[in-house]
Amino acid sequence: MRFAIPLLVLAVLIGFFAVGLNRDPRTLPSPLIGKAAPAFELPVLEFPKKDGAPPLLTNADFVGKPILVNFFASWCAGCQVEHPFLMRLAQSGQVQIVGVDYKDADADVRQWLGVRGNPYAPILVDLDGRTGIDWGVYGVPETFVVDARGTILHKHIGAMTPEAWEKDIKPLLVKP
Amino acid sequence: MSATRPPNRLFRLFAPRASALLLIALCALSPLRASAQVTTVKPEIPLTAAQEKQLEVLLPDLRCLVCQNESLAESRAPLALDLKYEVRNLVAQGKSDAEIKQYLTARYGDFVLFRPPFDPRTWLLWLGPIGLVIIGLLALLWNVRQSRKPKATTTPTVDPAALRKLLDE
Amino acid sequence: MIPELGHFALILALGIALLQTVAPLIGYARRDAKLLAFAGSAAQGQFFCIAVAYVCLTISFVDTDFSVAYVAANAHTDLPLIYRVSAVWGAHEGSLLLWMFMLSGWTFAVSVFNRRLPADLSALVIAILGVISTGLLLFMLLTSNPFERLFPVPLQGRDLNPLLQDFGLAIHPPTLYMGYVGFSVAFAFAVAALITGKLDAAWARWTRPWTTTAWMFLTLGITLGSWWAYNELGWGGWWFWDPVENASFMPWLAGTALIHSLAVTEKRGLLKSWTALLAILTFSLSLLGTFLVRSGVLVSVHAFASDPARGLFILIFMAIVTGSALLLYAWRAPKLVSIGELNLFSREGLLLFNNVFLVVAAAAILVGTLYPLVLDALNLGKISVGPPYFNAVFLPMIAPLFVLVGLGAVVPWKKGKVGETWQRLKLPALAAVAIAIVLPLALHGRATLLAVTGALLGAWTIIAASQDVWRRIRAKRQFITGLTSVPRAVWGMTLAHAGLGVWALGVAFVISYGFEKDVRLAPNASTEIGDFTFGFVGAQEAKGPNFVAQQGEVTIEHGDHSVATLYPQKRFYPSQRNVMTESAVEASLLRDLYVSLGERFDDGSWSLRIYVKPMIRLIWLGGVLMFLGGCLAASDRRYRLAMAADRKAVLDGAQPA
Repeated sequence: MRFAIPLLVLAVLIGFFAVGLNRDPRTLPSPLIGKAAPAFELPVLEFPKKDGAPPLLTNADFVGKPILVNFFASWCAGCQVEHPFLMRLAQSGQVQIVGVDYKDADADVRQWLGVRGNPYAPILVDLDGRTGIDWGVYGVPETFVVDARGTILHKHIGAMTPEAWEKDIKPLLVKP
Repeated sequence: MSATRPPNRLFRLFAPRASALLLIALCALSPLRASAQVTTVKPEIPLTAAQEKQLEVLLPDLRCLVCQNESLAESRAPLALDLKYEVRNLVAQGKSDAEIKQYLTARYGDFVLFRPPFDPRTWLLWLGPIGLVIIGLLALLWNVRQSRKPKATTTPTVDPAALRKLLDE
Repeated sequence: MIPELGHFALILALGIALLQTVAPLIGYARRDAKLLAFAGSAAQGQFFCIAVAYVCLTISFVDTDFSVAYVAANAHTDLPLIYRVSAVWGAHEGSLLLWMFMLSGWTFAVSVFNRRLPADLSALVIAILGVISTGLLLFMLLTSNPFERLFPVPLQGRDLNPLLQDFGLAIHPPTLYMGYVGFSVAFAFAVAALITGKLDAAWARWTRPWTTTAWMFLTLGITLGSWWAYNELGWGGWWFWDPVENASFMPWLAGTALIHSLAVTEKRGLLKSWTALLAILTFSLSLLGTFLVRSGVLVSVHAFASDPARGLFILIFMAIVTGSALLLYAWRAPKLVSIGELNLFSREGLLLFNNVFLVVAAAAILVGTLYPLVLDALNLGKISVGPPYFNAVFLPMIAPLFVLVGLGAVVPWKKGKVGETWQRLKLPALAAVAIAIVLPLALHGRATLLAVTGALLGAWTIIAASQDVWRRIRAKRQFITGLTSVPRAVWGMTLAHAGLGVWALGVAFVISYGFEKDVRLAPNASTEIGDFTFGFVGAQEAKGPNFVAQQGEVTIEHGDHSVATLYPQKRFYPSQRNVMTESAVEASLLRDLYVSLGERFDDGSWSLRIYVKPMIRLIWLGGVLMFLGGCLAASDRRYRLAMAADRKAVLDGAQPA
């Protein structure tokens, strides 16, 4: 019997590897899911540009209906990939998308949005990346689903796709 | 990258999939694109000698989330630099190691800790090696005792012909 | 045309590998000498085909034939010739071809050197190696063909990853693969012995030189890898406990255990089933490493672009190869009876302790490496297991090994005497204690627990290991005759053990007395680290064959006199649009001074990372000594003479003893 132990160990390992093959070890689940969204206070990037100091917005300004919070930047490749879909999503009116422009120069993002269009309402500016840290962002783009009471329901890492929207996010928004 | 040769049905078996690049040490190579990130100028945070020491011991235990095989001490990824600054800030505020780790795990989960916490999930991880040593030594002693028992029941030489016959069946 | 020839050679090799597997097995079952003898010819034919394929890919690289997708992805017309040749194994497909080249080379060697072995054993060994070849060739042809054409043909290649454009990396994978693949021979010997049911002292003697040869290559490969990482990654470290490093270290530990248990099986006829299991495990761990690195199941600094199809293929391959070997083991091992009494205080007893610690250390590394994957698979969250864990677990676990090495050199086989052992070891022990106290204080003026422990274990190992050779030399009247009377195997063992001691010294000192500092320096500013003053002169542009660099100039002074001027670079490779740090090192046996250039700030200052690394060279020197020890041990003439004698005994129908 003891001579069969190595075989059993191998069988168990193979089982774990088979499961592991279908997972991405680099994507991290967010510990914030089910918790209140971290507090922030960020200036609005007005697009097109307006005179005067931009207003500061906080969590309280978004209570009342579910939103997507999309961390993006003009220097990020994945953001270019997801941008057309975000445009369509915004135009369909299914959900409000709040953009957080992460560590980006105002001029760059204005030009970027000018060429591609603006799916965000509104755009907040996280210039030093501290809000990103508070939200546990480790690589843009990342998208959070926040419900009407300000609780984080879901986090999508990487470029948003129609599949992810239909499968993971839309059902969350439909629920009461 | 994709190979664009049209599929040849006859040799489909030997047709390769997309070939791939070696992603070796991705993070030691920084793509130029990252340099377009804005780095804000932050004030230097002075630390006492004891705090410097605390930081020096703490940083290698924290994992960079961008270059996931570097610690915060090693990494030069922009996020790692930001986090290093935050950690330095917390150290300067007199926070303990546990509080700083709590700050990071609340945001990024246990993944940021290169030294996993000791909890029911990791009992096997931390105690397993000790268990392995004990099992190994017990197995050794058992073997030694077995070797001293007279071997009456076993046949000392195995007849090769018989084994071969056994195998052929 | 040349790529097609290479592709064709691979397909042909697959056919031959199938024959190489099937024919000897049928021959064994039917006791057909002709079919058994076919194994050797098949092995040689397969080697020829793979060699042709390998040369074809090399020619495509040298000619920068970008119509080959793999060449286009990994070469550039500006790439220097030496790196065009080494780029063959720079990425997944080509490195598999290298694996395959080595495997067929080992099989070829087996077919040549095993002529003196019993025909059935030799043929079975080659057949089992044929199974592995078949799997690898299928893997290459189905998922990773290096000869895949690309159309339209690009005008320029995407170049070899700049990190790989380094001499250390040019030779690191071949040596590493020689080790990984070489363990397949020990594996094949073990499986063949399980099939024939004859696993005896003669079998152990035949297996030993193969195992030692594989082990010494793996040792050198790991050492080179460590050296390369130190030079190229700019982190100043020599070991990171990255999954890919663990993947090479686990077979090394198991292989080291195997070498020692083979000695027991040869000399005392004991531990038979254990030795067979170790041989299977050592190669299986090599396969596991391949799976971990190429499937993307773990986060690694050095992973090939992952493709689930490839991962699945290797997983199935591993399940078949290791699974059937272990199944065979479960069935046949109970019949391998070891006869003879085992005493704890004897050389074999100590070697058994050595095996326990080595295997448990390998198992602990396996647990740590796979734990994140297991937790994730069970949906228990993502954790990281990193250097703090491995250092805490591994270092205490191998410390007893050093004590054992010293004892093992003087305790005789069968039964040792405590009093006699003490008589012979008290001087070495005393000397080691003295060195452990004096060395740290003399060199660094302060002692740390780790430095004292490391110096104690290191000195003890070196002295105790050498005294055996010393005694043998002293036994002869003349020094020179004494020197030549020591068998190579003993020299090899001594050298390898001394290498272990040298390694321990290096590790303990570099951890205890190393300095590192991140500084921001304006031109002409300086900083003090340890006893050294590092002055930053400035940075300017420099040009290489296929890169442009910012080159810093750093002067180092110790007290009043200048030690060195270093030129660390930050290179930009236009072909891949990559930036890479090329650190500069001023090396000496007692300490390395290491500077790597970071970012430039707007005010013209630079961030620099500076390290002082005492005795870090000893770590690699230890590895090289172990490699040389392996060379000597594997080439001991005893094996060659014994082979002839065994063969004769077998022919005469006697049981080899």
